[in-house]
Amino acid sequence: MLRYLLEKEFKQFWRSKAMIRTVLFLPFTSLIIYPLVASFDIRNVKLSIVDNDKGMYSQQLIEKARSSGYFRITDVSGNYRQALKSIESNKADIILEIPLNFERELVRNGQADLMVSANAVNGNKGGLGTAYLNQIISDFNTGIRTRLQQNPDEPIIPSMEILPLYRYNPSLDYKVFMIPALIIMMLTQMIGFLPAMNIVGEKERGTIEQMNVTSVKKFTFILAKLIPFWVAGYLVLTIGILIAFFLWKLVPVGFIGTIFIFASIFILAFSGFGLVISNYASTVQQAMFMMFFFVMTFIFMSGLYTPVANMPEAAQWFSNLSPLKYIIEVLRLIYLKGSSFLQLLPQFLALCGFAIFFNTWAVLSYKKSD
Amino acid sequence: MKAVTAQHIKKSYNGVQALKGVSLEVEEGEIFGIIGPDGAGKTTLFRILTTLLLPDSGSAMVKGFDVIKAYKLIRRKVGYMPGRFSLYHDLTVVENLRIFASLFNTSIEENYDLIKDIYQHIEPFKKRRAGALSGGMKQKLALSCALIHRPEVLFLDEPTTGVDPLSRKELWEMLKKLKKQGIAILVSTPYMDEASLCDRIALIQHGIFLKTETPQKIIAQFENILWSVHSKQMFQLLKDLRSNPHVLSCYAFGDTHHITVEKKKAAPHEAAITIAELEAFLKEKGHLDIKIDPIQAGIEDSFLELANK
Repeated sequence: MLRYLLEKEFKQFWRSKAMIRTVLFLPFTSLIIYPLVASFDIRNVKLSIVDNDKGMYSQQLIEKARSSGYFRITDVSGNYRQALKSIESNKADIILEIPLNFERELVRNGQADLMVSANAVNGNKGGLGTAYLNQIISDFNTGIRTRLQQNPDEPIIPSMEILPLYRYNPSLDYKVFMIPALIIMMLTQMIGFLPAMNIVGEKERGTIEQMNVTSVKKFTFILAKLIPFWVAGYLVLTIGILIAFFLWKLVPVGFIGTIFIFASIFILAFSGFGLVISNYASTVQQAMFMMFFFVMTFIFMSGLYTPVANMPEAAQWFSNLSPLKYIIEVLRLIYLKGSSFLQLLPQFLALCGFAIFFNTWAVLSYKKSD
Repeated sequence: MKAVTAQHIKKSYNGVQALKGVSLEVEEGEIFGIIGPDGAGKTTLFRILTTLLLPDSGSAMVKGFDVIKAYKLIRRKVGYMPGRFSLYHDLTVVENLRIFASLFNTSIEENYDLIKDIYQHIEPFKKRRAGALSGGMKQKLALSCALIHRPEVLFLDEPTTGVDPLSRKELWEMLKKLKKQGIAILVSTPYMDEASLCDRIALIQHGIFLKTETPQKIIAQFENILWSVHSKQMFQLLKDLRSNPHVLSCYAFGDTHHITVEKKKAAPHEAAITIAELEAFLKEKGHLDIKIDPIQAGIEDSFLELANK
């Protein structure tokens, strides 16, 4: 019985051009384009320079900022007020004002002031841009100190330097952090959205009616719906891992089999969630909106973009209810840190819990809707 | 054994009573028509009898099996064709047929003789997707799919709604052939003119069976005196006829109006008003070309009479 239904599902699957496109394009767009776009690395900050001094030191400072790679000098203004206008018209993000007699003050008094003001509408850009600029200025400062300290007999002014060591992601590459999570996003769409749409589609068209008068068991019918998407899910996951390897040179530090074990549990849990939705929705449109709402919530709660620890305490508690949180955590840990299955046991148990919960709910709500 | 029996079936949706205690008996090898307007409860009754819906109260048996307890057995024995085309649009004609055959552990070849007459019409298009068929062909495919497992009872929910007159005629001829194979057929329709094609009919309105009889008997039991009236101003005529105290009811029937006329108290077979008197009454109202004839009642007249009781 199951065999005939599966035959039908696969026939319909391959016959629908939209489906095939989704399966093929989803991994490629997710893993080729998103990592480039979804990056928190701040680059190309537009810098406006107000150089009142026009001396050698100020020229050196400007040159240092320009050559850092973080900044593009998009505006050079005569005074601060003009520079502010360029921020208002979005021509610049940050103003660096060098005061009159900057060089003279520096050499004579050993001290000079600089002003940095940043547009903080995009707080991230303003904050990080300012931090980069500070770094450049303090580098410049150290350079000047050594140069001004002509006399080798003079005692060296002690200074401290911090050399951070970034474990597991030495170059702080944002892509490395995002790609494992993007693989999961892709899987979520494949095994959550699509089967739910498919089942509700049969409801909407009335074809489920014709199936119900046959002696097919409901369980068999639903299993036949899910299996093709499970297969597609594994396919997409494999393609994703391959793209991560070939394009981004990203190899999981941990055991690749662990990824598949966790993916299986996640697939079971999330397709159960899709079934719950399909039991409550009577049209594809309703199912779409319900699914969209929950998946959005799960994503924002999952720590995909912002660390869970950043959230207020109540939200942190709520984030435990997002199955995405655990699987994203797991994939990042396996990919970057090489965690073993035993180390990931809490996440495994949580995902098993979700799988039992959603599938039980799906079975119960299915009977009710009869 | 009766093909289908039902006793006092009731069903409500959110407080609206769709069926208010319906009972019926269908003999083997009989075409049983359930005739009534939209929203009368026809589909609800069909869904209960095909085990898709649970009744609130009452009981029903199909081929001697209870629709609630033995629903699995019944599903093997009945064929159901819903009012809405419910086959897979993205599968071809032959694929649709094959999947439903496989789900009943049979094959197209095994039961080909049963569907042959119907399927022959669409066989030239068997590689075409079901969604691309015309309305009449869809109907034939749906009927083939409902028959592919050789059901003993066939339920057809409004099979002729939205189908052209020629296909309607063909369908009824097919049903007659199926009947000869011993299949009991329950068919619902809103078209009164199809009643005479059934062996027995039940007239349904607001979830109640008004009457269950052979079409001939239902017509014979028509109690009132029936005339058809025609004039040049049909709309005004309807109003004027209704204003006459001797006219009990008046309905528009195509190009004439059908009226029932009050009877004489002393002689119950004679009308309280003569045709000439009525004609004079209408002339006074300014009607031209008046034609009044006594006529035989049809099913629709009977339905209206029963519905107004």
